[in-house]
Amino acid sequence: MVKLAEWRGKEVFRKYGVPLPTGRVARSAEEAEALTRDGSVPLPCVVKAQVLAGGRGKGGAVKFANSPAEARAAAQSILGLEFKGERVKEVLLEEKLALSKELYVSLTLDRTLRLPVLIASARGGVEIESVDDAEIDRQPVDPFPGLTGYQKRRAAEVLGLSGGPAKSLDRLLDALWKVFNGEDAELVEVNPLAVVGDGLVALDAKVIIEDDAAFRHPEYAEIRDDRTPLEEVAREKDIAFVQLDGNIGVIANGAGLTMATLDVLQEFGGRPGVFLDLGGTDDPRKVTEAFLLMAQAHPKAVFLNIFGGVTRCDTVAKGLVEAMRQVPSEDRFPLVARIRGNNEVEGVEILRAAGIISIPSLKDSAQAVVNAAAGGPR
Amino acid sequence: MSVLVSRETKVVVQGITGHQGTVHTRQMKAFGTSVVAGVTPGKAGSTVEDTPVFNSVREAVERTGANASCIFVPAPFAKDALLESVDAGIRLAVIVTEHIPFHDMLVMYHYARSRGARIIGPNCPGIASPSGAKVGIIPNVVFRPGRVGVISRSGTLTYEIVNGIKEHGLGQSTCIGLGGDPVVGTSFVDALPLFENDPETDLLVLVGEIGGTAEEDAAEYIRHHFTKPVVAYIAGRSAPPGKRMGHAGAIITRGKGTAETKVAALQAAGAKVARFPYEIPDLVAETVRSGGRR
Repeated sequence: MVKLAEWRGKEVFRKYGVPLPTGRVARSAEEAEALTRDGSVPLPCVVKAQVLAGGRGKGGAVKFANSPAEARAAAQSILGLEFKGERVKEVLLEEKLALSKELYVSLTLDRTLRLPVLIASARGGVEIESVDDAEIDRQPVDPFPGLTGYQKRRAAEVLGLSGGPAKSLDRLLDALWKVFNGEDAELVEVNPLAVVGDGLVALDAKVIIEDDAAFRHPEYAEIRDDRTPLEEVAREKDIAFVQLDGNIGVIANGAGLTMATLDVLQEFGGRPGVFLDLGGTDDPRKVTEAFLLMAQAHPKAVFLNIFGGVTRCDTVAKGLVEAMRQVPSEDRFPLVARIRGNNEVEGVEILRAAGIISIPSLKDSAQAVVNAAAGGPR
Repeated sequence: MSVLVSRETKVVVQGITGHQGTVHTRQMKAFGTSVVAGVTPGKAGSTVEDTPVFNSVREAVERTGANASCIFVPAPFAKDALLESVDAGIRLAVIVTEHIPFHDMLVMYHYARSRGARIIGPNCPGIASPSGAKVGIIPNVVFRPGRVGVISRSGTLTYEIVNGIKEHGLGQSTCIGLGGDPVVGTSFVDALPLFENDPETDLLVLVGEIGGTAEEDAAEYIRHHFTKPVVAYIAGRSAPPGKRMGHAGAIITRGKGTAETKVAALQAAGAKVARFPYEIPDLVAETVRSGGRR
């Protein structure tokens, strides 16, 4: 998933006509000062760290400024800050608005209903997880008619809006619905949505774009979640690769089997350090690449657990044997293999010829790799 | 009579000329499935694995009487492929394709449902009944005819578990891999009544994963409507906190979605829950021996 920083989310909102405060992004204190001095951002203004984590207000990542000098100082103190593990590289400067109410609206997917759902609460401006269920209204939205007039009227009622702000909400919800569909979003959230005078303004924007729709959205290609360099390389090769804090490397195929493998390892006292999901492939080169990536993570031992379907056992065996040839001797690791399923006999034979034994039982093979990582008998 | 597929099932493979389409057409035929047609626009007149290829699903249905579809079409074109098969009168579509945007799947699901068609998947291994037919990609080697039903959100883990049941000397009635995407055509709750009403199924194995609330919903259904014994397994007990769908997602799944909540819900519904995949065959055998009604 691609989580958009607030300012990027607001750029998307602007495109669809969601009302926003006047604002600009700054990447240095000098820039922040200049933007307020030349009137690009009206004063007084708010200076907000552009990080993906929530709770910025409480965490000192949002400040106010009444003058260009204050804007500079605020930006200075926020830029470079480490906020919940994220380095602040950008601040968003926005005009400070006189608001009378803070509300919450979002659109997301309800997997059980298999429908988008419009969520509204009059308790905006706080983390929505902390709001009582009774104060949160959910309306499923059928994709065919889309958001209807009566649903928008109900949202206005829930939010306690009438007159101008209610009219503004009607247009705003239509715009958010278009963002949700047009951008292939998993989540479109406005918190707080502020009542300012006779209208509404989105003070924050949280937009998460679904990865699977990337082919329709080349514009998001450059924005990625934080990944380690190895995770980044794996992503380019279409291998799911996650680094944890243990010392056993796990190569499996399919998310469910990978998770089950981690469960079993943990039961035997093993600590998975890297797990790598080959997915479905019948290209031995992809298997080789996966092992070479794994070698770079320097695991104490590696567990290969494959159940062959689309990914056949002989393909995996060939890729593995080739990788073992290529891995530099200083990166070598003890290996326990278990390959079952399609073309198992052929795969096991290829491994055997290369001196690698496949252990058919999940329990026995898991125990063997835990022992190997502990430096014990294999 | 098995669940959803039988000897009467006639399969059209959409995307048959692609590599996966071709390989799995061969495998489905080896399983004993009637694969009667393939569709790849522009490739009419050719054959794949002795199966005639047509330009459209409508043509395939008119000429061969196909009544189920297996879709291998790449994600950007999968929505169109599904809508085409539904409009051609297909009432069971297994979508193997992965990475279909959920926004597309929302349209596909509601369109199919409004026309009385069922989708299995996407991103799923499909359905197989050793006494009937296979539509999808589950390896043939894991099956043996029997009376254990299997429903699962996983792919390869399903093969592992179905194979374990076979190696224990038991067999399967029907096995359905539902897929683990955010929007699936058939959920646990949709599949449970099919197995409840299937005279060939004595016992059901349910394989779930962390995330979402499908297992909790299944537990609720089992508690009130499912009379056969259930053996369950949830993968991911040790998984690090992974992807979350932001704050709004947390509100929807509030207090649900972890391995603990799923295991607890299933146990409360009377299911026996295995801690590891290799415990499942023993629990199944034990239940069969005890004459197992819940």
